[in-house]
Amino acid sequence: RDIVLLWPPPAKYGGRHTVTLIPGDGIGPELLNHVRELFRFSCVPVDFEVVNVCSSTEDDINNAITAIRRNGVALKGNIETLHTLPASHKSRNNLLRTSLDLYANVMHCKSLPGVQTRHNNIDIMIIRENTEGEYSSLEHESVTGVVECLKIITRTNSLRIAEYAFKLAREKGRKRVTAVHKANIMKLGDGLFLQCCREVAAGYPDIAFDAMIVDNTTMQLVSKPQQFDVMVMPNLYGNVVSNVCAGLVGGPGLVPGANYGHDYAVFETATRNTGKSIADRNIANPTAMLLASCMMLDHLKLYDYATMIRNAVLTTMNETRVRLNSPRRCSPHTFHN
Amino acid sequence: MTSERINKPVVLGRAVTLMAALALFKMQTVTLIPGDGIGPEISTAVMKIFEAAKAPIQWEEKNVTAIKGPGGKWIIPPEAKESMDKNKIGLKGPLKTPIAAGHPSMNLLLRKTFDLYANVRPCMSIEGYKTPYTDVDLVTIRENTEGEYSGIEHTIVDGVVQSIKLITEDASRKIAEYAFEYAKNNQRASVTAVHKANIMRMSDGLFLRKCRQVAENYRDIKFTEMYLDTVCLNMVQDPTQFDVLVMPNLYGDILSDLCAGLIGGLGVTPSGNIGANNVAIFESVHGTAPDIAGLDLANPTALLLSAVMMLRHMGMHDYSKKIETACFNTIRDKKVLTGDLGGKSKCSEFTAEICQRVRDMD
Repeated sequence: RDIVLLWPPPAKYGGRHTVTLIPGDGIGPELLNHVRELFRFSCVPVDFEVVNVCSSTEDDINNAITAIRRNGVALKGNIETLHTLPASHKSRNNLLRTSLDLYANVMHCKSLPGVQTRHNNIDIMIIRENTEGEYSSLEHESVTGVVECLKIITRTNSLRIAEYAFKLAREKGRKRVTAVHKANIMKLGDGLFLQCCREVAAGYPDIAFDAMIVDNTTMQLVSKPQQFDVMVMPNLYGNVVSNVCAGLVGGPGLVPGANYGHDYAVFETATRNTGKSIADRNIANPTAMLLASCMMLDHLKLYDYATMIRNAVLTTMNETRVRLNSPRRCSPHTFHN
Repeated sequence: MTSERINKPVVLGRAVTLMAALALFKMQTVTLIPGDGIGPEISTAVMKIFEAAKAPIQWEEKNVTAIKGPGGKWIIPPEAKESMDKNKIGLKGPLKTPIAAGHPSMNLLLRKTFDLYANVRPCMSIEGYKTPYTDVDLVTIRENTEGEYSGIEHTIVDGVVQSIKLITEDASRKIAEYAFEYAKNNQRASVTAVHKANIMRMSDGLFLRKCRQVAENYRDIKFTEMYLDTVCLNMVQDPTQFDVLVMPNLYGDILSDLCAGLIGGLGVTPSGNIGANNVAIFESVHGTAPDIAGLDLANPTALLLSAVMMLRHMGMHDYSKKIETACFNTIRDKKVLTGDLGGKSKCSEFTAEICQRVRDMD
């Protein structure tokens, strides 16, 4: 069964698609408003079904999941998780990912010419297992004062994500896949993950495969990030590595991310920040969300619109020579095409 | 004393100087574990530099290759253990773990034997060793005994593996207390707890609660909490915003290596492990480099800076400042550098240069 080429839902009558929109908290609502305005301005044939998710009740997140099942595609902001709430209250974002089995989180980090960073010529694709590993949310207090948290690695999911990584690498013409792990310490868990990657690699002789331990990986990323091509890894290391790479190419406001499952796809910013401290001040960088919406349009096979919007965003970025630490006025930027 | 008055003035002078030195600092004995590969050469380099600085340190060399103890468990040789228990301070070079030796990693064995619960890695940018990041000045304090490295794993059914991450109240409290003590003793302004409590609510939540409780007793030190991913994101963009970071085992492993990468890698990063009963072992965290072992090409900076950390821990701030300044000046002037720092000199030449600078400072 072809895993990578996930078929999008067909367009409805009139050639219009319906996409679920989950504004989330913090900067999510304002960024998604920009997306909607831009789509309206560019006459993109996409209608948004807005589902608000409040952090406290179960119903909201179930409504959102049903809406995504109905439409097949979603664009979302991050939903805040108050970690002062008890452990029975699970992270809403995590619940969404596991219920819809969005097993692959894909992030493409590419140096943008208009953004000044310490490292140049970075072009890394990160594929992160999105449903199990350390994010299984299985914890218990066996004795008072001793908490155990379970990290689950399964053969099925590891094979699945490795297949996805190699298929994607082949599709995009990439030369090398690096598996990131800590199998010297977690011999059974990460050992199983590594073994699955090796098995899948054997079926792709045209793509080179190597493995690197996660602490060495982060060290290499801050000194020589140009050596990496495609990286595949379990959930937590994916969190660390994707944030490091996002920081290397210019920050959380620039990189889009996508979560793919067998039947559904959800697009968001790669680093999944709520951005509470900069919310409602018109300074959040909309690039990441706009590029994520372009990825969504590509997924819906609306390639012309995707290219048009992407070019407009990148031209604006490159021509105005963005300096990283200056707060940018958000709304004038979106009308720059 | 009366007998010395009869002797020549020179001898009297020397005796007075020696007694003055002894009065200031007693000769301290430190257990030295040279290690494997380049270990012996860099240990010799450090000993030479300490001699040139006239630091009151006596070295007791010990070997820690694992042996099978009574009962079949792997242990370090008893004389090494006795030496460490007596001296309380140790300096260790890189140790190799042979793959088919049957015994666990040597570092793990040392950690278990002395209950080394805190791993401290100060990362400061070295002027003269250019990296894309400047002005880095932070310290990572990592819980070293539990967390994700508990080693408890099971295969539940074929194809499903479960690894257990253990967080206990005691260990979290101990590491938090150590972090705040360190911040207080080293005049650091803030301590940041790194966690992922949004996902691992109970385990990292417990760690965080303990950190908060300990922070109550140190009101003059600022305490903040930050998610692991936010720390990583901000670290690669602006590392100057961080001061002291305290975290459980896995995050500490990743972050401490990330910070080492910011300042130039493991070849220039010092590290210290603090254990129960005031035992402290300072070490270089790079590998044994078997390809350059014995060729006088190794860079002793990491072990030297760890030894400097050791001097600070023992309260010998003057000597530590002297040796550290000599080392940094040598690297800054770029005239005599080993291969990995971008130069062409030998280890002995690099060492000699530092010794000369140390002597010049007197």
